[in-house]
Amino acid sequence: MATVSMTVNGKSVSGEVEPRTLLVQFIREQLHLTGTHVGCDTSQCGACVVHVNGDSVKSCTMLAVQADGSDVTTIEGLANGDTLHPMQEAFRDNHGLQCGFCTPGMVMSAVDLLKKNPKPSEGEIREWLEGNICRCTGYHNIVKAVQQAAQA
Amino acid sequence: MPDGTTGTGIGAAVKRVEDFRFLTGKGNYTDDINRPGQSYAYILRSPHAHAKITSIDSSAAKAAAGVLAVFTGEDMQVGSLPCGWQIHSKDGSPMLEPEHPPLAKGKVRYVGDQVAVVIADTYSQAKDAAESIVVNYEVLPAAVSMSDALTDKSLVHDDIGSNLCFDWEIGDEAAVDEAMSKAAHITKIDLVNNRLVPNAMEPRAAVGEFDAATGEYTLYTTSQNPHVIRLLMGAFVLSIPEHKLRVVAPDVGGGFGSKIYHYAEEAIVTWAAPKIGRPIKWVADRSEAFISDAHGRDQINHAELALDANGKFLALKVQTQANMGAYLSTFAPCVPTYLSATLLAGTYTTPAIHANVKAIFTNTVPVDAYRGAGRPESTYLIERIVDQAARETGIDKVEIRRRNFIPADAFPYQTPVALQYDSGDYEATLSSATKIADVAGFAARKAEAASRGKLRGMGYSTYLEACGIAPSAVVGSLGARAGLYESAEVRVHPTGSVTVFTGTHSHGQGHETTFAQLVSDRLGLPMENIEISHGDTNKVQFGMGTYGSRSLAVGGEALIRAVDKIIDKAKKIAAHVLEASADDIEFKDGNFTVAGTDRSMAFGEVALTAYVPHNFPHDELEPGLDEKAFYDPANFTYPGGCHICEVEIDPETGVTEVIKFTAVDDVGRVINPMIVEGQVHGGVAQGIGQALLEYAAYDDSGQLVTGSFMDYTMPRADNFPKFDVTTEGTLCTHNTLGVKGVGEVGAIGSPPAVINAVIDALWDRGVRDMSMPATPEKVWSALQAAE
Repeated sequence: MATVSMTVNGKSVSGEVEPRTLLVQFIREQLHLTGTHVGCDTSQCGACVVHVNGDSVKSCTMLAVQADGSDVTTIEGLANGDTLHPMQEAFRDNHGLQCGFCTPGMVMSAVDLLKKNPKPSEGEIREWLEGNICRCTGYHNIVKAVQQAAQA
Repeated sequence: MPDGTTGTGIGAAVKRVEDFRFLTGKGNYTDDINRPGQSYAYILRSPHAHAKITSIDSSAAKAAAGVLAVFTGEDMQVGSLPCGWQIHSKDGSPMLEPEHPPLAKGKVRYVGDQVAVVIADTYSQAKDAAESIVVNYEVLPAAVSMSDALTDKSLVHDDIGSNLCFDWEIGDEAAVDEAMSKAAHITKIDLVNNRLVPNAMEPRAAVGEFDAATGEYTLYTTSQNPHVIRLLMGAFVLSIPEHKLRVVAPDVGGGFGSKIYHYAEEAIVTWAAPKIGRPIKWVADRSEAFISDAHGRDQINHAELALDANGKFLALKVQTQANMGAYLSTFAPCVPTYLSATLLAGTYTTPAIHANVKAIFTNTVPVDAYRGAGRPESTYLIERIVDQAARETGIDKVEIRRRNFIPADAFPYQTPVALQYDSGDYEATLSSATKIADVAGFAARKAEAASRGKLRGMGYSTYLEACGIAPSAVVGSLGARAGLYESAEVRVHPTGSVTVFTGTHSHGQGHETTFAQLVSDRLGLPMENIEISHGDTNKVQFGMGTYGSRSLAVGGEALIRAVDKIIDKAKKIAAHVLEASADDIEFKDGNFTVAGTDRSMAFGEVALTAYVPHNFPHDELEPGLDEKAFYDPANFTYPGGCHICEVEIDPETGVTEVIKFTAVDDVGRVINPMIVEGQVHGGVAQGIGQALLEYAAYDDSGQLVTGSFMDYTMPRADNFPKFDVTTEGTLCTHNTLGVKGVGEVGAIGSPPAVINAVIDALWDRGVRDMSMPATPEKVWSALQAAE
């Protein structure tokens, strides 16, 4: 077992983990932050995307011990109380989610896109989101949501 | 978004009530549920498509750290996982119905078949211990393809003696043969409807729990229909009476059909929970989902269409082979028969139709309904052969459709394959789609593409489907072992807020919003005073769940009927208080008024009176304001419309790009246009996925070679353009809302539009056929072969 400490959504946390424990397992099972989802086992779907030191990361592809000392933000840390982050608001305004399962990863990924490219073209949005799979929306309204957020 | 009306009533694009929790990570999916003392199950699955189990030694696993129990098929002596539909072959004999044990007994029949369950303190311990189970298999030849299986050289189920599950027919074969003999032209086509993996983003999961104090079982599961699971598992598999079995389907991350069925893992965790005295959680990983969720489609069709000299369709004859996989999943037998062959008239007046369907067992994952379920298969067949007939006769592909459409004034229209359509206007949706898709400008766009060395094509699909599943009397006569009504309860609370209990289940469809809009519209209440409750059999009255685009057309109608009962009773209460006759009470904008006077009561006042009945005429009126309705539809509903796809193909690489996709769908009255459009977007994406990307491929030994997201091409954001989606048309004539259903139209209408567009693009280069999925390799090879 190893001890890991990190900041998650602004709070210091630590825990005992097996070396093989994935960051997403630590977040879901030890911190009980279940908004971060697991949709595959090959690092394809992006349902588990969180921010680690400000960059979007598939938390199924990182060991918890690798995140030791990091600053992690999950979907639970994005809104300010009842005030949604502009990206969350844009997803709601544009019906960018249906079943909601891919949504946390999709939103976290899209937030990072606008941080790195504040005014992306539609093609750039679609290319960036290539690592996040949604089975419900056909991506149409997700792309619209990101476009709206980019104008906010 | 179209937003024809303001407010929260019918027709308003109300933003979704459920979104806040999903957007903030507060959804409550099955894997998010953790029960005190919970243990974890890992299912050991067969690595072979077909093998005898000669021995299982689980002694090492049982001794491993943290392991609580290991069970095999010999330990789990329970009922067979039931099939909900019985088809009879054309000779009158019932379909062959093999036993389906939750854990395999003596033999495994597909890669993924459940062999043993290991239950441990942690998931890792269960998984690690499973590796130490020694299973000796005697590997048998596998019947993987349907043609191999039909030879019966290797039987999937020895005890039933054949791999032919049933050999069914519909329609008048003599009339078809007669028409064929007189035809000016006969177009023939051979098609494969590619096998798909539904891949809802949330993998299946189940948590089983037993309360020794009360003798009650609880199952939390990823289901589209918790009451159906309770009935099937309780009555047929585990013999648990329904009053001692609670099934909860909480937030569910997509279904698309794959979460309708009662699966082995649900029975395993429920059965094992009292044996170990702790709750048990099982969660599929994605690779496991690929080999344990029911697959979709997988038909082979041969069709012949007879035409007269004017291009009028005279007859259609179809032979279908439908893959059932290794066992009969819950709905499987009805998919290629009553959900597919009954749709073979499509939007056309073809007077004679005959279809023969052979359902075949193979050593593959069971196949069942996947978004559209049978209707995409028939639609693909019709719209492909109509396009081919147009090519062969030299009639324009739009014109040949127009000549054969069922006219708008011909409804109700009786088809030769059992169904009676109630409404539709196919010319109208075709005409609108033609304008939106700018068909007039296509030739110029094609020429411009050609100047860049690219091949442009345009394809049509003027489709129809039957949904709003389903009239119980009709489906009962066709072999359904259940009724397909829906239920709703409207519980008005003393201070006038409302909880609605619906027997449907929302796993992305937005019922919490749409159903609240219906109530808001009818009762004049603000949305925030209305709560929609679903998914828990201990809260909600028996209901059949969500599939077959039925929630609004059947469940919404049940809801409206319950609301109307509330209004009726409330009028009586108001009449009593206002000292008037109930017949004189008018209800409008949330107020009950004595007609022609200013005497009125607000809805909330009536509610309070109902629950504080100090001055009630108890001999005439019961206290309380709580009403229930069960609604059984008179007919299916019949959405239809026109999809037009424009593609551009790079002949150097074979890559097909969807440039523009236009959908004009007649889905009846639209309650929330934002949600309706979203449903079409998602369905179209799955249809384009089937046409261009997705294929569940087995090798000759029965291994699924596209068994992960690394290998199976899930549609991504960069595979699509934005879609042009509009709705227009006619109302359903047999429900009061006039709604038809929208969940499946996108997936049903779109695949032939895409493939017809691909063939159109390749036609001038000599390519005459293309199968799904039209991958770059396939398109490039077809171009090379044609040169």
